Amino acid sequence: MVNLKVKIDDLDLKNPVMTASGTSGFAEELTDFYDVGQLGGLLLKGTTLKNRDGNAYPRMAETASGMLNAVGLQNKGIDYFIENIYPRIKDYNTPLIVNVNGSTVEEYIAVTEKVNELDKIPAIELNISCPNVKEGGMSFGISCPSAEAVTREVRRVYDKTLIVKLSPNVTDITEIAKAVEGQGADSVSLVNTFLGMAIDSEKRIPLLSTVTGGLSGPAIKPIALRMVWQVYNAVKIPVIGMGGIMNAADAIEFMLAGATAVQVGTAIFKDPFIPVQIIKGIEEYLERHKILSVSELVGCLQM
Amino acid sequence: MSKKFVEEFKVVENIALNSSNFLIKLLSKKALPQIAPGQFVNVEVKNSKEIFLRRPFSVFEVDYTQNTMSLIVKILGRGSKKLTEAEDGDTINIVYPLGKSFSYPEKEDKVLLIGGGSGVAPMLFLAKESGLVKENVDILLGARSKEDHIDVSDYAKYGNLHYTTEDGSLGEKGFVTHHSIFEQINNYNKIYACGPDAMMKAVAKIAKKEGVFCEVSLENLMACGFGVCLCCIEPTQKGNLCICTEGPVFNIKELKW
Ligand SMILES: Cc1cc2nc3c(=O)[nH]c(=O)nc-3n(C[C@H](O)[C@H](O)[C@H](O)COP(=O)(O)OP(=O)(O)OC[C@H]3O[C@@H](n4cnc5c(N)ncnc54)[C@H](O)[C@@H]3O)c2cc1C
Ligand SMILES: Cc1cc2nc3c(=O)[nH]c(=O)nc-3n(C[C@H](O)[C@H](O)[C@H](O)COP(=O)(O)O)c2cc1C
Ligand code: FES
Repeated sequence: MVNLKVKIDDLDLKNPVMTASGTSGFAEELTDFYDVGQLGGLLLKGTTLKNRDGNAYPRMAETASGMLNAVGLQNKGIDYFIENIYPRIKDYNTPLIVNVNGSTVEEYIAVTEKVNELDKIPAIELNISCPNVKEGGMSFGISCPSAEAVTREVRRVYDKTLIVKLSPNVTDITEIAKAVEGQGADSVSLVNTFLGMAIDSEKRIPLLSTVTGGLSGPAIKPIALRMVWQVYNAVKIPVIGMGGIMNAADAIEFMLAGATAVQVGTAIFKDPFIPVQIIKGIEEYLERHKILSVSELVGCLQM
Repeated sequence: MSKKFVEEFKVVENIALNSSNFLIKLLSKKALPQIAPGQFVNVEVKNSKEIFLRRPFSVFEVDYTQNTMSLIVKILGRGSKKLTEAEDGDTINIVYPLGKSFSYPEKEDKVLLIGGGSGVAPMLFLAKESGLVKENVDILLGARSKEDHIDVSDYAKYGNLHYTTEDGSLGEKGFVTHHSIFEQINNYNKIYACGPDAMMKAVAKIAKKEGVFCEVSLENLMACGFGVCLCCIEPTQKGNLCICTEGPVFNIKELKW
């Protein structure tokens, strides 16, 4: 039997495969297909202090090997989550991680303080990288001073595992990674979506209501992989990798590049079972290569 | 929450109903779960370099004894075209059953079912499943011209068939809302509609004015089809709701129409 367990700070994961925020709702929808207890962890839908309606329709455009989204963090706010959703999902047999969002540092702090009170939420992922909201969002994640400021202030009020999710829409992602590590982040996750655009040439109009949106899926994998490798070599804290992971081989590439764990996002839209298949595929890979523990893969790229 | 599946179905029939509509009959390896009119499936388009996401289609017919399910696919773009090229014996991967169904009519209800374009599929399914006597069911189908209509004469046993065409080549001339049936719209307790947005908005406007119960099935661009991506929203009285999980069927009272 191979050992699939990995550790991100104080967070013990039964395997390294989690679902990415915004691509697995609040976990309940996946339970219509299978027991989510099989997953290494679950990143819940981006949550803000107050209700957000998100952006206008159309919010989605398909591309040859991925998609653009402009959802814009639609959610009912943290209080609604705590009162109505948390009680229903808190006993799922897998770590549930809240993806925290805000327009101001104060809003990030307010959401974090509320999550800090929830027994069954062992970690938060601070999203400083959403390209689909005007204020806040990505703007925090593309400059070192603002990424530092929000991480520092959130760290002050949060005692559990703090993951900071980085934006790929920067010149040098390692600078931002080092900046948030310096302010007490326990882990960094990357990447969020790449700013992109799609046009209907017949009608001569943009396909998204917001003109630009976030690109995800296989199209971004090579760039995401490069960024994970760069960040792994720049920081000491564990890296969580994502971006276009569709199968076990993709996930293993991210781990070889330095990811301790991975998140699967857009692949779920193609087939909700993909995260479970990836866990099985990793297990088979380890057996085939006679590797006892999945953590031995991390950063083991041979040069 | 209800159990959902991802399954490979075998194509057992793929017939052209007219120049752009195909009937695809699919065989399941296992017993089909209950599927109700208005629910849909999300179909993977295989072997296409350009297509990444699945495509949603309403369920048209289910045969629990044969374990088959049929779809009516209209060629609109690349994905639907590819699906209509499926051959007997091919397999198609499907996520199902998705969405909420139409509410079933009561025994004494007089109902009007309105289908436009590919919207005929769930309407005919509802006609078959409604459990009403034929006299209480009117089925009104609209299309651009006679060639765009498909042969639904089998359904005459479930309701009275009426047609409109924009060019007058079959039934009454004009849009569905121009049909003379609308002169006595208060005869109906319930109106159900599926078709292009403009058609359903016109139907909804009349139903609202006359105070007749009305449900419509909406279409939208979907990424997941089961509620996790929040791409497929419709603004409603309760805020933005996902068409794939809170719909596709909505009572017009819920909509901002
Ligand atoms: C709940 C639901 C039930 C449906 N039921 C049926 C059905 O029973 N039979 C049927 O033929 N079709 C049905 N549709 C529509 C069907 O999903 C689209 O025709 C299909 O996705 C188009 O894919 P494509 O690859 O051929 O088009 P693409 O190449 O992706 O696009 C071609 C054109 O079609 C438009 N388009 C794409 N998707 C949709 C859509 N979902 N609705 C309207 N326009 C779209 C695009 O904007 C574009 O202009 C349903 C849609 C939904 C949401
Ligand atoms: C529809 C959609 C919604 C998303 N919403 C969020 C979100 O709320 N918070 C967040 O941090 N990332 C969000 N993301 C980004 C994903 O979590 C992930 O970082 C990105 O999609 C790259 O991974 P993938 O290619 O495997 O999807 C969203 C992505 C998609 C496609
Ligand atoms: S298509 Fe993803 S939520 Fe409806």
